[in-house]
Amino acid sequence: MVSIRSETPRVKTIRFAVPHWPGHLAGQHADVRLTAEDGYRAERSYSIASPPGAPGPELTVERLDDGEVSPFLTGQLRAGDTIELRGPIGGHFVWSASEARRPLLLVAGGSGVVPLMCMLRHRRLSGSLVPAALLYSCRTREEVIYRHDLGDIARGDPRFTLRITLTREASTAWSGPSGRIDLAMVRALAERLGETADCFVCGRDGFVEAASALLMQAGQPAETIRTERFGATGPLTH
Amino acid sequence: MATRGFKGMRSGTQSKRLPPGQHLARDFPVLSAGPTPHTPLGEWTFTLEDEDGETLASWDWEEFRALGATEVTTDIHCVTRWSKWNTRWRGVTVDRIFEAAGLDEAPAPFVMAFCDGGYTTNLPVEDLLEGKAMVAWDYDDEPLEPEHGGPARLLVPHLYFWKSAKWVRGLRFMEDNEPGFWETHGYHSYGDPWSEQRYDGD
Repeated sequence: MVSIRSETPRVKTIRFAVPHWPGHLAGQHADVRLTAEDGYRAERSYSIASPPGAPGPELTVERLDDGEVSPFLTGQLRAGDTIELRGPIGGHFVWSASEARRPLLLVAGGSGVVPLMCMLRHRRLSGSLVPAALLYSCRTREEVIYRHDLGDIARGDPRFTLRITLTREASTAWSGPSGRIDLAMVRALAERLGETADCFVCGRDGFVEAASALLMQAGQPAETIRTERFGATGPLTH
Repeated sequence: MATRGFKGMRSGTQSKRLPPGQHLARDFPVLSAGPTPHTPLGEWTFTLEDEDGETLASWDWEEFRALGATEVTTDIHCVTRWSKWNTRWRGVTVDRIFEAAGLDEAPAPFVMAFCDGGYTTNLPVEDLLEGKAMVAWDYDDEPLEPEHGGPARLLVPHLYFWKSAKWVRGLRFMEDNEPGFWETHGYHSYGDPWSEQRYDGD
């Protein structure tokens, strides 16, 4: 482990130096394996947050109170420590700027933003002109991962539209949308992109189910929608 | 290689009943590549096809259910590392499906399971016979929910659960073991959890 930085009170981004890291595609994940002295093993998957070509790989990990791996990664790992990492893994939930033929429509719930942020970073790093939009649902402003980075990307790029909606925040400091994602929010972004998009949805199971349905109601064909679900035991958990 | 400072949860569930790298899930996680399909039962069919896509046998929902149900209680193992013990299913065995189709012998050694939404997965026929697999329509005594593959999914519990294709609509026989959806995207062609065959090359 090279370095660790906080994104939110519960979420940290960990940079690793991996000899012979083969590179990765935006959206892929890596498997982390922890081994205790007596051979006991715990393994979990985490989405890669750093874009292809940037220093890393970096994983963004949310600390779950009842987790087995995430409390260790976010609380006990020290610079110089070595862990076992396998990857990159996944060939479906990936986006490549050079192969993109349609706008990019991203819908994230909570920590589901990680692989989508990787796609946005990759898009920016590659200088892609593909129009993109991110609809990001979080409970509170404090829990918005990458809030400043996302703001930077949005300010510098007229082809990128960012919409963050908070489902629990009641704050005068927040002037943005609130409440769960709904058809109006999804439609507004789809219309802004103007044509059928490549859609990527990531978050907990219930969120992904709802978001996929909204995308289809907004006119996105099912085959354009790719989903990644962080269930109770999926990536970014435990 | 031990990870400095890692002790683990030691909840006693790293038993021999769990394949390597797995842990027990408290719930029943849902994973999918895309949105959940919703096929009306009136339009649902299950079909056996030969390599050219010709229909060998086909049943609508009522006919399929009338083939006769078997119940099974079994452990399941997902490649994302969760497992569940003692899951209960009801459906028709692949043995019975082949029998009802008049197939004494499979016309080819492999099948591609095909599904609503476009999902596919490849399997050797011998991994589906002799009670090893069924097409299930009930889970835990309730009709299988769409998110979990309803109205019916393939159930092949001795392999990683991506082989238990959700929303299954049929099997197409193949001479060669062509890769299905996840197998084309980096996952192992066979998927034996006990040999930890998760990814291509394992």
